This record gives sequence, structure tokens and C-alpha cells, in this order.
Amino acid sequence: MSAREIFRIALGGVAANKLRSGLTILGMTIGVSAVIILVAVGNGSRNEVQASINSLGSNVLLVQRAFGGDVTFTQRDADALADEFNAPDVKRVSPVVNATGTTFLAGQESYEPSSVVGTVPAYAQTRSYELQSGAMFTAEDVSRHRRVVVLGPTVVQSLFSGADPVGESVRINGTSFQVVGVTASKGSNGTQDQDDVALAPVTAVQDAITGYASGLSSITVEARSGDVLDAAQAEVTSILTTRKQSADSFQVINQSSIREVATASTDVFTTLLGAVAAISMLVGGIGVMNIMLVSVTERTREIGIRKAIGARRADILAQFLTEAVVISAFGGVTGVVVGIVGSQFEIAGVEPAIAAYSVALAFGASVLSGLFFGTYPAGRAARMRPIEALRFE
Amino acid sequence: MSERPVIHLRDVTREYRVTEEVVVHALRGVSLRIDQGDYVAVMGSSGSGKSTLMHILGCLDSPTAGRYELDGVDVRDIPEDDLADLRNRKIGFVFQAFNLVPRTTALANVELPLTYAGVPRATRRARAAAALRTVGMGERLHHQPSELSGGQQQRVAVARALVTNPPLILADEPTGNLDSHSTAEVLDVFERLHNAGRTIVLITHEEDVAARAQRTIRLADGLVLSDTAQQAFAA
Repeated sequence: MSAREIFRIALGGVAANKLRSGLTILGMTIGVSAVIILVAVGNGSRNEVQASINSLGSNVLLVQRAFGGDVTFTQRDADALADEFNAPDVKRVSPVVNATGTTFLAGQESYEPSSVVGTVPAYAQTRSYELQSGAMFTAEDVSRHRRVVVLGPTVVQSLFSGADPVGESVRINGTSFQVVGVTASKGSNGTQDQDDVALAPVTAVQDAITGYASGLSSITVEARSGDVLDAAQAEVTSILTTRKQSADSFQVINQSSIREVATASTDVFTTLLGAVAAISMLVGGIGVMNIMLVSVTERTREIGIRKAIGARRADILAQFLTEAVVISAFGGVTGVVVGIVGSQFEIAGVEPAIAAYSVALAFGASVLSGLFFGTYPAGRAARMRPIEALRFE
Repeated sequence: MSERPVIHLRDVTREYRVTEEVVVHALRGVSLRIDQGDYVAVMGSSGSGKSTLMHILGCLDSPTAGRYELDGVDVRDIPEDDLADLRNRKIGFVFQAFNLVPRTTALANVELPLTYAGVPRATRRARAAAALRTVGMGERLHHQPSELSGGQQQRVAVARALVTNPPLILADEPTGNLDSHSTAEVLDVFERLHNAGRTIVLITHEEDVAARAQRTIRLADGLVLSDTAQQAFAA
């Protein structure tokens, strides 16, 4: 019998009991769409974490005092790291002084940014800050201890109600700084608002706010590329170990290691979501098997008739197997449609990103599950003896 | 009519081993010869072995011992799938319970044996429609079994039995579920088929049904009790 005939007969069988076939298809639809949507949610959240890590700046190393360490970083340490001979893989070095608990005053408005950073112009490039208005302060501003400041959009919103503040002045802990630029919005990096920031020359910050005693808070180092990040890390560690005569009083944190950890955790998240969804697909497959078993029992007589008038075992097997696959594949198609449509909406604060592999996988798995769960019922139908099948009431 | 016989049974026995000790002898040695064009009624009370005989004649079951030749083919130790092909080509079944495939039109039901024989669709439809016209069901090609009376369903079943043009039409109590009017209708169809030269074996326990056949074979306790030709056909 030709494949077309088998398909025609199987389609007739599916159509014969529309409600039952429909409910089984629904079960499969839910399974397939769950796989697609949940993997898309996992994928979307990973993309968001990736984007926020990237927004920290790429190829970045962070040099910090180790927990309990008693070192002080100075501008000379920063200069030593920028040495092209000792650290050929280092591209930019930015000394960083964090001024905490500073109050900004502009007219009647006062505000306390969560991050006030005294640094050098290179910091903006390393951290991927772009300017939406004005300009970054210059190296000359740093060397001349000029009291200028670049504000983040959140700070501008609070102090100037969003008006362009370039040229205005703000008082930081009582000292007047001139606003020279506003950074473009970067959003949150997952833990903090990167727009709630003020950048000023490291010298001016030390003069007016923090003083020189505590030295630098940290040093931000940018490697020449992602490939030499590990080499740059080794160079930085080696230089500082020599200078501080201690290897465990400071730590060099690698940006890509943060990304790896974050990626690993979101991958686990995606896998878990996928696994939950796969279980619902399994349940859908068992539903197909259940319905096929009922159908085979109910149609025992029909099987007997077909066999009596010349159906071979393979014909009966193919008929019921095709029925199971038609049901599950139909559920797969509707599941893909529902999954793709469902992934257009924001779910639990995450913008789902459909993974092409999950669509192919879910649809393929639905067809295979029809084949797998249809085999036993179809085999049972094919093995029936015609005399007994015909006598069945 | 002494060409090669359509059915040739030689000392056929069939035993069912119910348990280790209990063996039921359904057929104890039946020999039969049915020639082409014969119209034979097989009669017997329940337990006489007529159902078993019908299963063996219909290639749904095989004898324990003895030989059965159907249209020249020795039916013995044939694999199940080849038996299916044999049934498809050589036998047209008519059952007591009509046994049409539910939710399937009369035409599609009659097409079914041709489908399994691999006949192309257009040919199939034409032949099925022709067979339905033969049994007087030409007006109801697209009715489903549930929309037909018992007599009409049985006529569709007869159409299905003859659509492959088989050497043998095997009817198992074809009128058992029918009222007298429908019985007459179906028997008229059989008579027309017989007159057209078909070989028909009809299993029944009704004397008046058997009386319309050309020859009556009576079974009792798994043996042939009598084999008589009707006087009306003797001429």
C-alpha cells in the first residue's frame, strides 16, 4: 500500500474522533510551546546578563585590595602597570578613587550619586561610557587638578530635572565643580544603575573630597584584546607582586571570569527550564500513547475487518503509527506557532529570545515521541489475530 | 463443471488445545470439493464445527492436519502476511454483523480491499461504484454505515466481497441479523451473483436460507453428515 493511502487512512482515523484527537493534540501543543517559550526565556535572560556584563566594558581587569590586605595603591602603581615593556598586553590603565557619601548641590536641588569616581579620561573608554552631551574631561584637566565633572543621566535628572547641565556648576561636598559632559544612558549592569554616576579628574577628587592618605581605591586595567586578557592579568599580578612584595594583599579580578560564572549560571537556568518543559512534552507523548491504546482497543473489530479483507501486518502497523505521528506532529506544528507567538511577550520581566535549536528540537521531539509512543499501540494492533479481532464486541 | 475445484479439502482436522489435558476436536476429518460456480450452503448446529470450517475456508485459520487447496493454492504453513494477500485476492467475505468500517462511506468501504491490493485510486473508485450498483446500492455511494439499514449495510458488504472479483465469496450467516424483507433482498443478490457464475459458500442455520442454495452440506460434531444437491438445481 502506498504511503499516500496509509496517510489518507490515518488522517481519517484522526478525524473520526475530533474531540479526542484535539485534546491529545492540545497536550502535545502545550509541551512543544512550553519548550520553546521557556528556552526563549532562559535565552533572553542570558542575553540580558551578557549585555550588562559587556556594558561594564570589555577585556577589563580590576585591581583591588584583597579582603584584609593592607596595601595602598598610588598613581605610581598605576603608571607602572602602563609600562609597555613590562606589561605589553595592557592597553589602558585608569586609577580609580571612589568618593563615598558625597552630596551634590545645584541650586536648591541636592543629590547623592551612588558612585562618584575620580579617574582619568581612559576610564570612560575602558568602561564604555559614551557622552550624550559635552565632552569627557581631558588628561590636561587631570594634571592641572581642574575641578570639572561628567555626570550620569540619573544624576542630571535629579539635579537639573533633565535639562542640559553642561556649563553649569555643582557643589560637591561644598567645592564647586563645573559640569563638562553628560554620559549616555547605559542602564543597569544587574547590580547597580550605571547612570547614577559622576566622573571627575582623580587629582581634583583627591584634592577636594577624599584627600591623599587612603590612596587609590582600585585600578582598572584594559587588556589589548580578549585573547590576551589572561596574559595581561599575569603581567599585572607580577608587576604588583614585585612592587608590593606580597602576592595576597591585592587581587586582580578578570572580567571574563565574571562572564563565565554568569553564563554558567544562566545556562543552568535555561537547562532547568528546558527540562521542566521536556517533562511536559513527555506527558504529552504519554497522552498520545494512552489515546492510541484506547483507539486500538476500541477499533479491534475494524482491525479484524481490515485484516480479513487483506491488510498485512505492516499495513495495520503503518496505519496506527501514522495516526500517532500525525497527532503528535500536528501538536508539534501548533506548539511551534503558540511558542513563537508566546515568545513575543515579556515574561517575568524577561524579553524572551527564541533559540532556533529549541524550535527544531521541540518539533523533532514531538514527531519522535509520536513514533516512540505510537509503536507499542500500533504493534498491538498489528499483532491481533483476525478471528479474535472479528469476534471482539 | 469439472475444471479445477475452487475449494478442495482433504481429511481436514482442526484441534484446539484448551489446556494441557483438554483438546477440542472442532473438525475431525472433513473432505470437500466445491467447484467453480457452485452455490453451497453449510449447515449445522452450534458446536458442529461450521465456524471453524468457515475460518479455515476463509484462510483466517489453518488446519491441524489434512490439506486445503484454495483455487489451486495449497494453504498450509503460509506466513500470516501471505495469508492476508491470499484472502485479499481469493476471498470475498460477508459477515453476520456486516462488519463495515464505521465512519467510512459505502464507497470507501468497498474500495478497501482494492486499496490493500494496491489498485490506483481512480480505478478503485470506478470498480467500487460498479460493485455497489451490482447490489443495488448505486444511489447510496456516500452514505456512512450508520445511515444505512441492516439490509443495505449487508448489500454494501456483499459489494465489498465481490469488488476484487474473487474466485470465492464466503458468507458467514449473512442473514442472521436481518429481518425477512432484508433477508430476501440479500438472498436475491446472492442468487443474481450465482447466476452470473460466482462461487458462493454460505454458512447458515436457517433452513429456508439453505434451501435457496444449489447444494447443502450438513455438519455435525466436526464431520460432514450429508451433502445433497437441491432438486431445483438438479435440472
